[in-house]
Amino acid sequence: MQLHYLTAHQLHDMLVNGEISSEEITLSVFNRIEQVDERIRAFITLTKDQALQQAKKVDLARLAGDKLPPLAGIPVAVKDNICTKGVRTTCASKILYQFIPPYNATVIERLNREQMVIIGKTNLDEFAMGSSCENSAFFPTSNPWDEKRVPGGSSGGSAAAVASGETVLALGSDTGGSIRLPASFCGVVGMKPTYGAVSRYGLVAYASSLDQIGPFARDVTDCALLLNTICGHDPLDSTSAPFDKTDYRTLLDGDIKGMKIGVPREMMGEGIDAGIREVIERAIDVLSGLGAYIEETTLPHTEYALPVYYLIAPAEASSNLARYDGVAYGYRSEKARDVIDMYMKSRSEGFGPEVKRRIMLGTYALSAGYYDAYYNKALKVRTLIKKDFDQAFKKYDLLLGPVAPCTAFKRGEKIDDPMQMYLVDVCTLSINLAGIPAISVPAGLSGNLPVGLHLMGKPFGEEDILRVAYAFEQNTDHHLKFPSL
Amino acid sequence: MISLKDVEHVALLARLELNEEEKEIYTKQLSDILEHARKLQDLDTTGIQPTAHVLPIKNVFREDKAGEHLPVEKVLANAPEKQDHYFKVPKIV
Repeated sequence: MQLHYLTAHQLHDMLVNGEISSEEITLSVFNRIEQVDERIRAFITLTKDQALQQAKKVDLARLAGDKLPPLAGIPVAVKDNICTKGVRTTCASKILYQFIPPYNATVIERLNREQMVIIGKTNLDEFAMGSSCENSAFFPTSNPWDEKRVPGGSSGGSAAAVASGETVLALGSDTGGSIRLPASFCGVVGMKPTYGAVSRYGLVAYASSLDQIGPFARDVTDCALLLNTICGHDPLDSTSAPFDKTDYRTLLDGDIKGMKIGVPREMMGEGIDAGIREVIERAIDVLSGLGAYIEETTLPHTEYALPVYYLIAPAEASSNLARYDGVAYGYRSEKARDVIDMYMKSRSEGFGPEVKRRIMLGTYALSAGYYDAYYNKALKVRTLIKKDFDQAFKKYDLLLGPVAPCTAFKRGEKIDDPMQMYLVDVCTLSINLAGIPAISVPAGLSGNLPVGLHLMGKPFGEEDILRVAYAFEQNTDHHLKFPSL
Repeated sequence: MISLKDVEHVALLARLELNEEEKEIYTKQLSDILEHARKLQDLDTTGIQPTAHVLPIKNVFREDKAGEHLPVEKVLANAPEKQDHYFKVPKIV
């Protein structure tokens, strides 16, 4: 039986009814990986033995009459910048290629508590820095819709694995679009929760004021279920927000009558491919038809998000990545003469070009004489960007637009020009700067490649986002289209 | 707008050893990126507070109570080089 394109909620029903076992589901996913991962290359590490053990445990629990949590026994893949106890966590970097964490990230503890089956660690741009998954120190991942194209980044492995049926669910992290962009490019659902909604404990830090872990799924219901599992306050993360958790799935009723949605004109203007705009306009028609009230609005400082992001994120990265010095863990150069030389050589040999570029940029922006002109200026403009959203959310429940200005591009097309690569994130960066939640939902194809609809909500407004995403999904069939592999 | 000398200085601050080719590439690429960032200077930000962090959280304290910690072997398990209960590094002075 072909199980790999079923959703978690479908599989859960089959599990509970005894039609299938978690072991069968897990084996089916590993069979699929054997069939297609040679071409897709979504995984850095597979944990088949542990996965099968966990699956059998769930099957025994069910036979013993235990009530299974909604995602028990369901396969999930984890981006390889999230620490897994005893399982190599590389960040797709030479500097961490042998690192075995002695502890689990909080989200991993939560997957375990839910009795999910972790099947492996997925590829990414080194340290989550990139938009194409080409910056992995190991190998690039391919887009399942067209193997010559990139899956988007940085969580490209997780998105490609969900899209190709190599897993049912996956976790990624999003600092400037790293969940939503690959979700859009691969035609799956991907969500960046509100900053502070999901614990960052055990997520290898890139830019701490922007990083957030979130779910990948093949439909909105599954996305809501995985968000249920991972979100909530964590005392181990001092930036984790205390907030009232709701069961997001129970809010998915398809009713969006009277909801007010704004379309920022800055996200639909020039620079956005015409094919993308068409798909988004059709999505607007669908939502209007369901009774949502939709009109154009403005976020005047949108054009500044890119320079603000590319000062703040590298500045934080330069500080966060100072810890890779070859002393306590990670790669150490053999050639060092003394301790300073060891730092210099280990870092230079261990980091790839994009990581070095961002460390250089961040160090420059924070250095004496440039701090005020660059870093501090960027923090002030970040305030203006956030105020734009505050203003818009006085009037609207949600904002809507495209996730990316283009569909998946060809491997090698942008890798030599950092500015061109950075521009791919032009619609997603401001969401991280403002700390708000946003989702990418499959909205159709443009030239045979998927396009994601970007729904952006108020802080802790995940409910509204999921409600509208679900209504859209239930009235379209984009989530039922799969790449032919 | 950023010189080769700037790149060398920043590389030293960041503890990165760059070869001549890398220095040249980064000089050009960092200039391009900073050129793009110059448009921030057009904005008047007088009186605007900087946002380092979006949550209205200030200091977060826990109870002053000893918790669990990793045993020494686990702490040293990922070390490139170790001796007894210590991380071992090349000569410092």
